[in-house]
Parts: sequence; structure tokens; C-alpha cells
Amino acid sequence: MDPIRMLLFLSAAVCFILGLKLLGRADTARRGNAISALGMALAVIGTLFQIQGKSGLSLDSLLPVLIGVAIGAAIGVPVARKVQMTAMPEMVALFNGFGGIASLLVAWAALHVGMARVDDGLVAASTFLAMLIGGVTFTGSLVAYGKLSGKVTAKPVLYDGQNLVNGAVLLVVLIALVWFTAAPANYWLFLLVLVISLFLGVVVVIPIGGADMPVVISLMNSYSGLAACAAGLAVENNLLIITGALVGASGIVLTRIMCKAMNRSLANVLFSGFGAAEGAGPSGEGEKREHKAMTPDDAYYILEAAQGVVIVPGYGMAVAQAQHAVRELAELLEANGCEVKFAIHPVAGRMPGHMNVLLAEANVPYEQLVEPDDVNPSMEMTDVVIVIGANDVVNPAARDDTSSPIYGMPIIDCDKARTCFVLKRSMASGFAGVDNPLFYGDNSYMIFGDAKKTVEALLAEFKEALVA
Amino acid sequence: MTLELAAFLFLLAMFLGLELISKVPAQLHTPLMSGSNAISGITLIGAMGIAAAIATAGASTFALVLAGMAVGFAAINVVGGYLVTDRMLEMFKKKGS
Repeated sequence: MDPIRMLLFLSAAVCFILGLKLLGRADTARRGNAISALGMALAVIGTLFQIQGKSGLSLDSLLPVLIGVAIGAAIGVPVARKVQMTAMPEMVALFNGFGGIASLLVAWAALHVGMARVDDGLVAASTFLAMLIGGVTFTGSLVAYGKLSGKVTAKPVLYDGQNLVNGAVLLVVLIALVWFTAAPANYWLFLLVLVISLFLGVVVVIPIGGADMPVVISLMNSYSGLAACAAGLAVENNLLIITGALVGASGIVLTRIMCKAMNRSLANVLFSGFGAAEGAGPSGEGEKREHKAMTPDDAYYILEAAQGVVIVPGYGMAVAQAQHAVRELAELLEANGCEVKFAIHPVAGRMPGHMNVLLAEANVPYEQLVEPDDVNPSMEMTDVVIVIGANDVVNPAARDDTSSPIYGMPIIDCDKARTCFVLKRSMASGFAGVDNPLFYGDNSYMIFGDAKKTVEALLAEFKEALVA
Repeated sequence: MTLELAAFLFLLAMFLGLELISKVPAQLHTPLMSGSNAISGITLIGAMGIAAAIATAGASTFALVLAGMAVGFAAINVVGGYLVTDRMLEMFKKKGS
């Protein structure tokens, strides 16, 4: 039976590779996902052949598998069906965590019954690493989930000597790894580090602020793949090694893209407690600047005359659930003869691509969603920019003020547009705690209030004009 | 398995992964992440193998529970991950379609 299993595993690997490739293009992405799901099915069938070859397919041998799959599907299906698109970041975080704990449990179970050949140094080290990475991924993702869903404070939690403590813990873990590999795998050492790994996941993510979650989720995504890879080495399964490494790599790529979009290094994101000053507000020093407020009625007259409008959404749009109203506004503007684009910053929102998913849910065609580089060169020619719940990604200080903590981060040049509307609840500063000169710009007008209500007020104006 | 073979497998797969993903447009970042997350549920087959082996050997109830839980968590990851990715991608529409 082994040739059949081998063929199935090989086909599965091909499906995963093809699937990932197709997932990278908009017109083939859905097919790519289906092909990768097919690969998973082939992998499961191959494993059934493997089980049959080793111990025969009987209810006795398969009962725990069946129960596990049944429970997993019973939880996974309804969650995947019902989850709100605005809640997608926390769900992806949670699923990453489940992947991590599964790898940890595989390594643990194998070690417990002596089915991992730990006399082999590579297998021993892999068993240890599957547990370690899996554990960190699990609790780290749980903390990320808590921060994203508002169950844990989104602010960085800092205490004195944090990095020193983390460094010391890491050192202990590394020594334990060498010990575990060299000495005949000590079970108690394994359990001790298991507890440490769960602790480590918490302390690594808790100092990272809410707006840096796109980086954390990407990194956890990578870890969940690496944990699977290590588990594959532990139970000596080639398909696990290959597939885990593929996912590990894709997570690394995403992490790198997210860091680049903020012009920060991964180390800076992980260790600096960026954004701890949130809510501190602008300091009293410097000139007192005035912002101009505007009502939706007045904003309507400017929008009504506009030929080109760029909408810049941010996390605030997700919080206000304003995406459907925003799409309607874009449609009315287009019907009015105006060209409308959505400029999406890579780190807008709480996970990579967050805004794209929300706007897709609201039926905005994806050709209308563009990247900062596509709108910045023509910004001076743009009549109106509408900033909806975005802050740091439109802060001109990141471009002009070398002393700003966010200096160097690529931004959307909203201050260069002829007119800029900022939809915002209040004048509070953004996540980074940095004052935003855009709000005081000559062309800028603040429209205060809930983003959804403001957009709906604009909609009402447009509809009234149509009737009249 | 030899260390050499394992290292080769790992490195080649990593490079392949980096190449495959390097030019993904921003709008696909979320589906890519949840899709690759579903793929990381491949731990499922490792969990199935070990669970069946433990059940057959009747080795340890505790380990059987561990392996069964691993199957469960990985199954959530696989089933939920693929479904939710498909749901998201279904929403990505071209103009006029």
C-alpha cells in the first residue's frame, strides 16, 4: 500500500504549491484555495492508507481520529460561516493559535508514548522545537486575539526590565534545547519548557500595541507553519516538513511586507513597546494650531462639485462598520460623474489586507482599490480626499518631520489634495500617540462624529438632491 | 530520515515558499494568510497518524487524549480555514460581475 500513500502525499504537496501560487492572483485565488483544500483531502486519504498499512483500519484505531475530526468540524464550520468580516483579524489569530497547539500536542503525545525516536538528535531537537514554537504560537495568538477583540487592552503592556526578563527566559530555553537533544530526552525537562513556552507566548505579544497586530498575526502565521514543520520532523513525515516550511515562508514574506510598510524593523515592532504613549495627546509646547470643523451639509457641496475623489479608509471604518455606507457614497459620487478610488495603505487596519476584505464584503470592485503609490503622484490633481478613521498612515510628519517617531513610514499624501475631509470622533491622537499636522492643514476640514453616521448624512444630502 | 535529507527538504521548501508568495498584491494579503493558515493545519495528518498508532497499541490513555485533542484543533484549523478563505474570496468581485 505504500506506493499509493507516497503518490497521494506527492500529489498533495503539488496541490499545496499550486494552490499557494494561484492564491497570489486575484482572478485565480478562489481556485487556488480549492486546489489546496483538495491537497489536504489527498493528504488525509494518504494517511488513512498509512494507518491501514501499520495497524489496519478498524474502529478501534480510528475512533480517536473520528471523534477529533467530528468535534473540530462541528466547531470550525459554524465559526467560518458566521464570522463577521470586521472580526476576521481575531479569527485568523485564533486559527493560527490552534495550528500551534496541535503541533505541540502531536510532539507531546509522541514523546509520552515513546513513539518519537528521540535517541536521534534531530528528532529530539524537532520534538522540542515543535512543542516550543507551538506553545509560543498558541498563547501568543490567544493574546493577539484578546487584543483584537477588545478582551485585553490593545495598549502595549510594559514593565521595567521586560526585555531583560524575556532574554533570560529565552536563554534558559535554548540551554534546555541543547540539554534535551544531548542527554536522552528528559521528559520532565520537556514539560518544564512546555510551561515556559506558554508563558513566553504571552510575554512576547503583550507589549505589542494594537496597530502593530498585522505584524504579529503574520509572524504567528509563520510560526504555526514552522511548528508543523518541526512536528513533521518529530514524527518523521515528509509532507508535514514541506508544507510547514511553505507556510513558514509565506508568513515571513507577509511579516516583511508589513514591517516595510511601517518603515520599521521586526525587532523594533517586537521589542520597542511602540505606541505606549497612546492617549497622551499632543504636548503643550509649540504653537497652538487651529483645526477647521465642517458639517456634512457643507461637505456635500464640495463633494457634489468634485471630479476626482480618493477615499482613505482605516481601522476607524471597521470599528464604525461604515464600509457599506462608504460603498454607497462612492456609487453616488460616480453616478454624479466623479472618479472614485480607494487608497489602501498596507498596514491600515489590524491585519494584512484588512480594508480590502471589508470593502470587498461591501461589494466594492477590487479594481477600485489602489495602493498609495498609485494615488500619491496625482494627489495635487485630486479634488477631495476623504479620510475615514485612518490617522498615522496619512500623517505628513512621517514624511517631513525627522524628529517624529513615525518618520520614514510611507504615507498617503492626503495633505497635498485640494481638499481633505477627515472623518473622526475627536481630536485625539492616533495609535502612535503622535500629533497629526494633517488635521491643521490649510485644506483640511474635520467632520466630527461616528464615521458611519457622517457618511449616512452625506448620503442623505445626495439623495435629497436627486429627488429635488 | 537522515539529517541531510531533512535539511534539504526544509530549505528547498522554504525557498519555494518565499518565491511563490513574494509578489502577492495587497488586496490578497488576508485571504493568503487565512489560506496558508488552513494549509498549516497539515499537522492534522501527523495527529491522525500518532492517534491511530497510540489507539492500536493501547499504550496510554493520557497520550491518546493529547493526540485526539491535536486532531481536533488541527481539524478546526483545516475546515474553518478553508471555508472562511473561500467565503472571503467569493466577495472579491470585478466591476459589473
